[in-house]
Amino acid sequence: MSNLEFLENLTIQVRRDILRMVHKVNSGHPGGSLGCTELFVVLYFNQMEYTLPFSMDGKNEDLFFLSNGHISPVFYSVLARKGFFPVKELNSFRLINSRLQGHPTTHEGLPGVRIASGSLGQGLSVAIGAALSKKLNNDPKTIYVLMGDGELQEGQNWEAIMFAAGKKIDNLIAIIDLNGKQIDGSTDDVLPMGSLKDKFIAFGWQVHEVENGNSIPHLIKNIELAKSNLGSKKPIVLLMKTEMGNGVDFMMNTHAWHGKAPNDEQLSVALNQNRETLGDY
Amino acid sequence: MRVYSNLGNKDTRSGFGEGLAELGRINPNVVALCADLVGSLKMQTFIDENPNRFFQVGIAEANMMGIAAGLTIGGKIPFTGTFANFSTGRVYDQIRQSIAYSNKNVKICASHAGITLGEDGATHQILEDIGLMKMIPGMVVINPCDFNQTKLATLAVAEYKGPVYLRFGRPAVPNFTTNDLSFKIGEGILLRPGSDVTIVATGHLVWEALEASVELKNYDIDSEVVNIHTIKPLDENIILNSVKKTGCIVSAEEHNYMGGLGESIAGLLATKYPTPMEFVATQDTFGESGTPAELMAKYGLNKDAIIQKVLELKKRL
Repeated sequence: MSNLEFLENLTIQVRRDILRMVHKVNSGHPGGSLGCTELFVVLYFNQMEYTLPFSMDGKNEDLFFLSNGHISPVFYSVLARKGFFPVKELNSFRLINSRLQGHPTTHEGLPGVRIASGSLGQGLSVAIGAALSKKLNNDPKTIYVLMGDGELQEGQNWEAIMFAAGKKIDNLIAIIDLNGKQIDGSTDDVLPMGSLKDKFIAFGWQVHEVENGNSIPHLIKNIELAKSNLGSKKPIVLLMKTEMGNGVDFMMNTHAWHGKAPNDEQLSVALNQNRETLGDY
Repeated sequence: MRVYSNLGNKDTRSGFGEGLAELGRINPNVVALCADLVGSLKMQTFIDENPNRFFQVGIAEANMMGIAAGLTIGGKIPFTGTFANFSTGRVYDQIRQSIAYSNKNVKICASHAGITLGEDGATHQILEDIGLMKMIPGMVVINPCDFNQTKLATLAVAEYKGPVYLRFGRPAVPNFTTNDLSFKIGEGILLRPGSDVTIVATGHLVWEALEASVELKNYDIDSEVVNIHTIKPLDENIILNSVKKTGCIVSAEEHNYMGGLGESIAGLLATKYPTPMEFVATQDTFGESGTPAELMAKYGLNKDAIIQKVLELKKRL
C-alpha cells in the first residue's frame, strides 16, 4: 500500500469514527469534523514531526493547537489512530468520567491536547505564545493552529493577527477552515467578513490559498510550500477551502450538520458511503 | 504590644517591579508581558535587563492572556502586567479557559487594584476582582499589604506551579513589614495578638488595621490583627484560632463586601465556628474620582471605619 493509499484509507476510517462517536451520544459536531478530516490526517501522519509518548512541553517537536474545539471528534480520532491513547477510548466520547470531553481540554490529562478550546477565538493567541516559547528555547520546530472561518468574528483573533505580523512570528502556520458555514447559516448571511485574503495581507501576513482542503495530495503540496516559507519574518496563513460534512452526501452543501448527530438510519447510510478500512474501534 | 513603624511610604506596585527584576536575575524561565502600561507596572528594570524575555503586546489584553498561556508550553513562567480591571473583568473568559481550565502556570499581576488608584475614576478602579478570580477553580488569589510584602509575594509566586492572581495598588502607602515576617502562600500572619476582637485585613487595609488597633486601646479594647495576604487558599486555622479566643471579628479590605475576603471568612465561620462579624468593605457600589485618602474615607475603608465597625460589633454582643 502506498503512503497516499494509506492516508486515503485512514481518512475513511476517521470519518467512520467521527460518525459513530457523535451518533452514540446523539450530540457533537460532525460537519466541521468531516470537513477537516484530510487536514488532520495529513498533519499528524505526514507533515508534523513529533514523538510519542506525549509531553506537554513538546520541546523540539512540531505542535498543533485546535482553536475551534467543537470539531473534537476528528481531533480525538486522529490522535487515537496515531497512538496518543487507545483507539477503544473513542467509545467514551462525551460520556461522564471520560477524558474525551465535548470540547478538548487538558483538565482530564488526555494525551495530545495542550490547551482547552471551545470558547472561540483564543487559539491563535495561545499558538503565538507557544511560538515565542520555541524561539526563546532556540527550538526550530513549527507551531500549527487551526481556526474556523466563523470563529474569525471573535475580536481577539484580530489582536493576535496584528501581533503576529508586528512581532514577526515566522515559526507559525495558521490554518483557516473556510467552509463558509456556521451554526446559524452561511458566514455571508450571519456576518459577512469580506475578503479574508485581503485582510490577512493588509495585516502583513503571507497568505496561501488552498483551493481544495479535502484533497490529500493538494494539502500536502500546500503545507510543504508553506513550510518552505517559514523563517521569513512573516506569519503564514493557509486559507483552506473545505466542504463541511465531506464524505457523507447528505451532510454536504448545508450547515445543518454543524452540531447535529445522525440517527440510526442516517448513520447506516453514512457508514455505507465510508466502508471500514483499518478496523472500527 | 508589638509596634510597627512606617519605614517610609512606597507603592506596592514598585514592590512588584523590584520582585520581577530580581526574578529576571535568578530565574531564566521568567518572562513578562505588558499591555501598554510598563511605567505604571514598574516593569522597566526587568525589561532593561532582559529585553528578549519581555513582550509588549499593545492594548490587547485578551491576546496577552492567550500568549501567556502558550508561553508556558516549553517551560516559561509568564507574568502579565496591566491594571486590575483589565487583568480580570476584561479577560475573564481567556483566563478561565486558556489559563485556569488549562492549568497553565501564568502569574496575572494586577496593579491599580481597588479604589485607591484615585482620580481616574470608576472605569479604571475595580472592586470586584477578588471575587471574580477566587470563583475560578484552581486560581490562587494574593493581595499583599505593602511594598516589602508585594516583593516577597512576587518572588514566591514564581516558585508556585499553577495560575495565580497577584493584586497590588498604585498609591504610596506605609511600608512596614520587616524581614522576620516571612511570606508563604496560604499562610496568614499574626501581626498583633489580642483578646477582645479579631481584625483580619488584606492589602492596603492592613496598615489601617494596625493603626485602628492602637487607637482601640483608648476604648479599652485589646484587638488581635491578622494579615491575610492569600485570600485563596484561605488560612482557615489562623482565623478559627483567633475567633475562638476573641469571639468576634471584623474583616477589612479594599473591595466589595460581596465576593471579597470578608465573604470567604463569613463562609468559613458559618460552617465551622459561627461568630459575630462586621465587614469593612465597599457596599456594592462603583467608585469615583478623588484622592486615595478622600475615597478611602468616603467609602469607609480606613482606620476610622475599622474602629467604628469594631465598636458597632462590640455593642451588639
